[in-house]
Amino acid sequence: MADVEMVEAHSDTVDGSDSSEYAEFWIDLFLGRKGHEYFCDVDTDYIIDRFNLINLQKTVSKFTQVIQYIVDELDDNALEQMSSARIDQLEHDACKLYGLIHARYIITIKGLQKMLQKYKEADFGRCPRVYCNFQPLLPVGLHDSPGVDCVKLYCPCCEDLYIPKSSRHSSIDGAYFGTSFAGMFLQAFPEMVPKHPVKRYVPKIFGFELHKQAQMARWQELQRLKLEKTLGSKGVNKGYK
Amino acid sequence: MAEYVGDNSRTESSDESGPFDEWIPSFCARFGHEYFCQVPSEFIEDDFNMTGLAQEVPHYRKALDLVLDLEAMSDDEGQESEEPVSRSIVEHAAEQLYGLVHARYVLTKPGLQAMAEKFDHKEFGTCPRYYCAGMQMLPCGLTDTLGKLTVRLYCPSCQDLYLPQSSRHLCLEGAFWGTSFPGVFLKHFKELEDYVDRKTKETYQLKVFGFRISDEAPSGERMRWLRQYPKTEEELSELEKCEFQIPEVK
Repeated sequence: MADVEMVEAHSDTVDGSDSSEYAEFWIDLFLGRKGHEYFCDVDTDYIIDRFNLINLQKTVSKFTQVIQYIVDELDDNALEQMSSARIDQLEHDACKLYGLIHARYIITIKGLQKMLQKYKEADFGRCPRVYCNFQPLLPVGLHDSPGVDCVKLYCPCCEDLYIPKSSRHSSIDGAYFGTSFAGMFLQAFPEMVPKHPVKRYVPKIFGFELHKQAQMARWQELQRLKLEKTLGSKGVNKGYK
Repeated sequence: MAEYVGDNSRTESSDESGPFDEWIPSFCARFGHEYFCQVPSEFIEDDFNMTGLAQEVPHYRKALDLVLDLEAMSDDEGQESEEPVSRSIVEHAAEQLYGLVHARYVLTKPGLQAMAEKFDHKEFGTCPRYYCAGMQMLPCGLTDTLGKLTVRLYCPSCQDLYLPQSSRHLCLEGAFWGTSFPGVFLKHFKELEDYVDRKTKETYQLKVFGFRISDEAPSGERMRWLRQYPKTEEELSELEKCEFQIPEVK
């Protein structure tokens, strides 16, 4: 029940402008910001639990203050006394820390459920490949340490990686989603693995296939048939269309 | 119908620059028409190049006159015919006619050159696939008849088809580039194939905490073949056997 309420609150902030009259939670403001559509809301309980934050202490300076800032428990007086540069720094650190906690949270049972909802609504976009038929994508990082590479999108249908369409999304740090999320997600929800399309494209001139490309396509198809055979002999579901 | 009128008024904003706006340049400059190259009017004037198009496009004569900016003549003809055709219908026919001529022109040498220039400037967009590292794509039709399928983009690096990123290109007719264009382009510019062959063939593997997922799991790898290329001696000899057909799986 609590989850449903949170989701609703989230969508409200997306619709309305950031400068609404009533006080809002930092997490909601963060999620409502343009370009942050890939993030789900992390429970405050999860953020407060020190066990979940092991090894994150060194990623930001004044760690405790940043945590307090994220969960809105920082004194208003303390905030007022800070210089604007310090507040900017705090905001920046909060975004980074939230991202790193987010990467851990989304591979827990609760986080996976929230991401499942976002996946079903195709919040991460859809596969641009023609034969994947608008398959919803999953965000993945290529590294678990921040500041190395940006987020990529994994298509469970063609099992390939794509760059997000919008530059707002393609500049998000990949570490905020982690390298294991997509694998974990599909392990947790095997029914979400789509059927894989076998169809492919070979360039043609006036209806005749280009020999070199067609030969390669035949070889690749041979590899697929081999895999299908070994899977078949083990009695595993092949999952092709 | 009103759309076309609206479009025209927008592109004809540069009226002061010339006495009148030529149809072909203004059509190619229109928002969303970035994939089109300019077909020279000499190509369209040659009847040989227009063989068979009269049957495919309605109001062929009028559409042709509009494309070639011979509107004065079409006015005379309009008076002769019993029912005058509205301008927006002729405009639509002209677009179809131009598109079909365009599909023929891009297969000729000057057409390929013009498209190569657009290709170099990444005007058709770049491949969204991460490991293709921003490879330029080529527009491609999946059918040569009008009104069937919209344009797709072919990536020479992963040899796959993608949908255009921008919605303004999603509604363009695929037949305006034709099914043969990427093939002819690849065969004409041999260096492109060589360039692609030299690219690293990296692929992605799904992992959980650094461990790859077993093939037997439902989420196990099923599409590796799509991005696989022969490397070992054995695989290369296998590729040779695939020259004309797929050999039987032992």
